Amino acid sequence: MNRNLRWRVLLTLTVMAVALCLVLPSVPGIKKTPLGKFLPDTAINLGLDLKGGIHLTLGVDVDKAIENNMSSMGQDIKASAREDDLALLKPNLLPGPRLEAVLIGATKQEAFEKLLSKQFPNLRVEGKENLPEDRVKYLLSMTQDYKKYLSKLTIDQAVKTIRNRIDQFGVAEPDIRRQEGNRIQVQLPGLTDPERAIAVIGKTAHLEFKIVDDTVDPAAIKQGLLGPGRELTVMMQRGANGANAELPIVLKKDAVMTGEYITDARATIEQNNNQFAVSMTFNSRGAKIFERVTEENLKKRLAIVLDGKCYSAPVIQDKIAGGKAQITGSFTQEEARDLAIVLRAGALPAPVNILEQRTIGPTLGQESIDAGIMATGIAAIAIIVFMALYYSTAGIFADFVLLLNIVLTMAGLAAFGATLTLPGIAGIILTIAMAVDANVLIYERIREELRKGVKPLEAVDKGYGKATLTILDSNTTNVIVAIILYQFGTGPIRGFAVTLVLGIIMSMFTAIFVSRIMFDLYMSKRKADAPVSI
Amino acid sequence: MSFSFIKHETNIDFIGLRKYAFALSALMLLIGAVSLVMKGGPRYGIDFAGGVILQTKFNAPTDIDKVKKALEGTNLPGLVVQQMGKATENEFLVRTSTMDESSANIQTTATKALDEGMGGVKYDFKRIEMVGPKVGENLRGKAMEAMYFAILIIAIYISGRFEHRWMAAGLMAAGLFGGITALQYFHAPQVWLVFGALLITLGLCFFLRLNYALGAIVALIHDVLITVGLFSIMNKEFDLTIIAALLTLIGFSLNDTIIVYDRIRETRSLKTGDTLPVIINKSVNQTLSRTIMTSGLAFLAVFSLFLFGGAVIHDFALAMLIGIVVGTYSSIYVAAPIISSLAVPEVDAPAPAKGKTRTKTA
Repeated sequence: MNRNLRWRVLLTLTVMAVALCLVLPSVPGIKKTPLGKFLPDTAINLGLDLKGGIHLTLGVDVDKAIENNMSSMGQDIKASAREDDLALLKPNLLPGPRLEAVLIGATKQEAFEKLLSKQFPNLRVEGKENLPEDRVKYLLSMTQDYKKYLSKLTIDQAVKTIRNRIDQFGVAEPDIRRQEGNRIQVQLPGLTDPERAIAVIGKTAHLEFKIVDDTVDPAAIKQGLLGPGRELTVMMQRGANGANAELPIVLKKDAVMTGEYITDARATIEQNNNQFAVSMTFNSRGAKIFERVTEENLKKRLAIVLDGKCYSAPVIQDKIAGGKAQITGSFTQEEARDLAIVLRAGALPAPVNILEQRTIGPTLGQESIDAGIMATGIAAIAIIVFMALYYSTAGIFADFVLLLNIVLTMAGLAAFGATLTLPGIAGIILTIAMAVDANVLIYERIREELRKGVKPLEAVDKGYGKATLTILDSNTTNVIVAIILYQFGTGPIRGFAVTLVLGIIMSMFTAIFVSRIMFDLYMSKRKADAPVSI
Repeated sequence: MSFSFIKHETNIDFIGLRKYAFALSALMLLIGAVSLVMKGGPRYGIDFAGGVILQTKFNAPTDIDKVKKALEGTNLPGLVVQQMGKATENEFLVRTSTMDESSANIQTTATKALDEGMGGVKYDFKRIEMVGPKVGENLRGKAMEAMYFAILIIAIYISGRFEHRWMAAGLMAAGLFGGITALQYFHAPQVWLVFGALLITLGLCFFLRLNYALGAIVALIHDVLITVGLFSIMNKEFDLTIIAALLTLIGFSLNDTIIVYDRIRETRSLKTGDTLPVIINKSVNQTLSRTIMTSGLAFLAVFSLFLFGGAVIHDFALAMLIGIVVGTYSSIYVAAPIISSLAVPEVDAPAPAKGKTRTKTA
């Protein structure tokens, strides 16, 4: 054995040892054996389509968040104007979103514009119009930069809130990431009830406290005559059979308090009727507001409104100090627990829509794994038998490097923390074919040279030399395609692209480098002109 | 003691057979096109069309009519019930089309209907998939883009690699970029963009005389279109995995094409004085055994996936199987002959004035 060959054998053995260390932890049950102690912890990740779980794509309604921001800015403008002794009619929100603000007193224009540019640099005056009665109408819009900033902030906050909720919900290894186009992708391995997951993740959880107006009579409600500053909402009521009924209820539009002051929320059982409820604790500022509000509205009903629906509206018997409140609404235990989580984790800055949802049950996942292993095994055996028959000794070399290729591909998956999906298993099967492809190219070339009468040693040399370029070429195009696939694909398809690329790269090593070593070892034991078994 | 399938020195006149091959290809393309037109385009799965899938497994024997009947009253839009696997497995695919209702509602509606209509037979949803119309549209656009980029980058790679004309390849990329930007400027729809891009690529290849690239691309488009056509005839659905299969077969079909091209390049560099058609014929014959071998092995592997890989991956494997067969055929009968049809006279032979007359004399 010459030194060059010895060096190559050593390298191959090292690679094999490392690969085995990376792959073995993924073999089920191996952790319990004595060998388990010496192995690294990095097992191959299985995709949701193999281990079961929920995949969600959420669209964040950024426009809504921008609208809300604009609307609250309108209130701020009015308040600031009052401080500067400027009379301003309540600003109106127009689509776009734009604000329409009417200033009373045309002489105050300069002062008002100064206030705008000083305190509201994110707004710009889009138009100005003189109205009769000494009034000036302003049309205000947001600067583009501020809009961009707001959308980014909204998404970031939404991701944070969702992560918070999922953490509290208790999911092992969730994956939450931003995607382009105001989208968030959520992966929840192991969960199987998409309805409940969506209820926890997708709920805006915008909590408001409003005063109920019981003076409007039902006939007027039907006609839509509510009076100024009133709104019609629904009151959720659970009947005896567990079905929810929705009853109309009239509220004062302006919320007296919101959920932003909540520091804690817990599911509790009410002692008098054994029903589940959610108890909230406010921070000191919230406690003060709550105390004042309850004091001012004694004997009135306080509606607790979550995402536009009223859940309970108890009569305020006394002023409530201490910063605690309770939502009762005949919840089930699960509902109460989930609501507490949502309230604790905070409201989403904007509503989210479920754009895509894929749930794979654990049985289907296991079936896919079994089918995948079966298909891979049979493909491998068929090819191994065929190669051994067709190319004899050389075929057995190819079979050995084929097995090595599978191990190396799996090791690559483990090393890069890549995810193995069902299409990924298909990728491994394709890789099996490609890995022997390379050997077939080499062997056919060697046969061709032998037929030309070239001496065995030289034929092997030429076969490897000439076929290598072709293999490189054809593999390059496959890698290009796989990279494009990775770019375009979603989870499972990406898994396919990853195994394909890994497999191709490993096959270059195994089919060209390792099989050559085996050939060299084989040839070195023989006379230069002895026939080659190929 | 080793075998070979292909006689060592085959001498088939592939170039001479090309008329029949072109006719066969044209026929296949036509049949596919007719099927696509008659069915109003490819049949999109929920990945691209949007909709909901509920893969439902019943614990006790039941049949498809019972399931259909139970779900009939729900008024779910575009309801389709399909049997999955063997009848003894009691597994059904319930599919609805549009997404007016949220997914949770559809699931609730279906659950209620099954609870009431199946006479207490227990079941569970093994798979629930919901794709909103917006996501579907998005994915469709992305899939088209991916196909187009795959073909473009491969065109550039082949021109550069086989003809050592990276300049021309670069020029093509620039021309293509310009053309697409112009189309985008006029807000052309995405499908137009892709077809525009393909036409520009083919046109540029032709005018820049990038014959290898042109041959390879024509062969690829040929393979993809025939596979799509056959899928349409078999009434199979297109979803993300099928697009992945189409992209993969682009890479695979190219594999064979490259083996042949490589040999043509090698033989030409020997300067034997043969005409191009003779060189091409020789090269295809010499590489025939490996082309058949590599494709055959790939077919064998994918066939195992097709048989044993399970329902989820079944259509993916089918697309690959078709693609491997068509791709092998096209490398031999489409990609190589095109080079000779388009070739300009070269040093290989004394030069007549026009490329086309030359192949006739060959």
